Amino acid sequence: MQKRVSDARAAIAGITDGMTLMLGGFGLCGIPEKCIAALAESGIKDLTCISNNAGVDDFGLGLLLQSRQIRKMIASYVGENAEFERQMLSGDLEVDLIPQGSLAERCRAGGAGIPAFFTPAGYGTEVGEGKEVREFNGKPHILEMALTADFAIVKAWKGDTDGNLIYKGTARNFNPVMAMAGRITIAEVEELVEPGELDPNHIHTPGVFVQRIFQGQDYEKRIEKRTTR
Amino acid sequence: MLDKTGIAKRISRELQDGWYVNLGIGIPTLVANFVPESIDVTFQSENGILGMGPFPTEEEVDADLINAGKQTITALPGAAIFDSATSFAMIRGQHIQLTVLGAMEVSDTGDIANWKIPGKLVKGMGGAMDLVASAENIIVAMMHTNRAGESKLLSECSLPLTGVKCVKKIVTNLAVLEVTPDRGFRLLERAPGVTVQQIKDATAGRLVIEGDVPEMQLD
Repeated sequence: MQKRVSDARAAIAGITDGMTLMLGGFGLCGIPEKCIAALAESGIKDLTCISNNAGVDDFGLGLLLQSRQIRKMIASYVGENAEFERQMLSGDLEVDLIPQGSLAERCRAGGAGIPAFFTPAGYGTEVGEGKEVREFNGKPHILEMALTADFAIVKAWKGDTDGNLIYKGTARNFNPVMAMAGRITIAEVEELVEPGELDPNHIHTPGVFVQRIFQGQDYEKRIEKRTTR
Repeated sequence: MLDKTGIAKRISRELQDGWYVNLGIGIPTLVANFVPESIDVTFQSENGILGMGPFPTEEEVDADLINAGKQTITALPGAAIFDSATSFAMIRGQHIQLTVLGAMEVSDTGDIANWKIPGKLVKGMGGAMDLVASAENIIVAMMHTNRAGESKLLSECSLPLTGVKCVKKIVTNLAVLEVTPDRGFRLLERAPGVTVQQIKDATAGRLVIEGDVPEMQLD
């Protein structure tokens, strides 16, 4: 099977209005910026986006918020985005805020065939409202359901045409767990090589989880908070 | 009275050799600047790194290396990088010995609120709910009162909760307090120059004072 596609536009083929997407990244670090640009161009709307953050006003998922292509956002932290806050407070955007560890584990569970799990995070808070509670070792836990997506879109440093991926630095973040949880997973990479060129011992995401892969050009990799000493 | 740096300095005295520590955004981040030279402490950032080092020089800046506050960082020799699920496995599985985080309010039973002001500010909880629900040892670093001069140490939190009965210790600009869930905030230390009466006046929740309360040692 040919997993390699020519570019971001070809990679997002089949994504249609109303679908649920997972997008890797933490802040602007490790986001699939080429696919996000292609989605913005496509005009596909009413999307449910699962991503730790929502980008900033003019980069990352903020671009899809500006163009009002996102109907619902599932995230853990959405500060740094004025447009997001405006749409949420006006009721135009549906928002589900999830503790970060639960978000990561719900994606992992979705990809690993575990339908739900108990966690102590969020017990006794708004997050726990309406969820099944069970005590383990004397401590209350809440039931959290697995998450899956029509498409998961991840960004890696290097990949091969079999879909094996290696991430760099903390740009790894949510990418490996989301890669597991997409019915179709798209990987965009900075460097695409032939099978055999990556050391199997160093693969972070095995190619079995990836259906489409392409090499993006001229990554901007914008830094949200450049801090130096 | 302490400033933010003083609070961080006092908290650094709680660190123990060999500990893995997660520092939240704000005052907690400053704690990393005051680790005693005699001990080894490894800092975790929940986006996926153990062995977080100081901020980079201009030449070292790498867009692919940030902390959970989205600031550019460096990785120390011996650092490890991992995905977000593994990161929270460390936290939930209690492999991290200490969590230091900020708060808007703390109750005298150890509840904490720090993620949402209804109708005003909704940024999200990030990793805070996972951290407070699982950490064995949680220290809150905050000012004793808010900008309006109202106590942040309450009998009950008024804001949406981040976690229940989880805070163990609080270090403020005025005092060090231990949360004893049955009796309230037990006053352990006064900040330099601060009287017990000042602490009483600034604390809305139950306050337990036993004998002479010593002044903090910072150096």
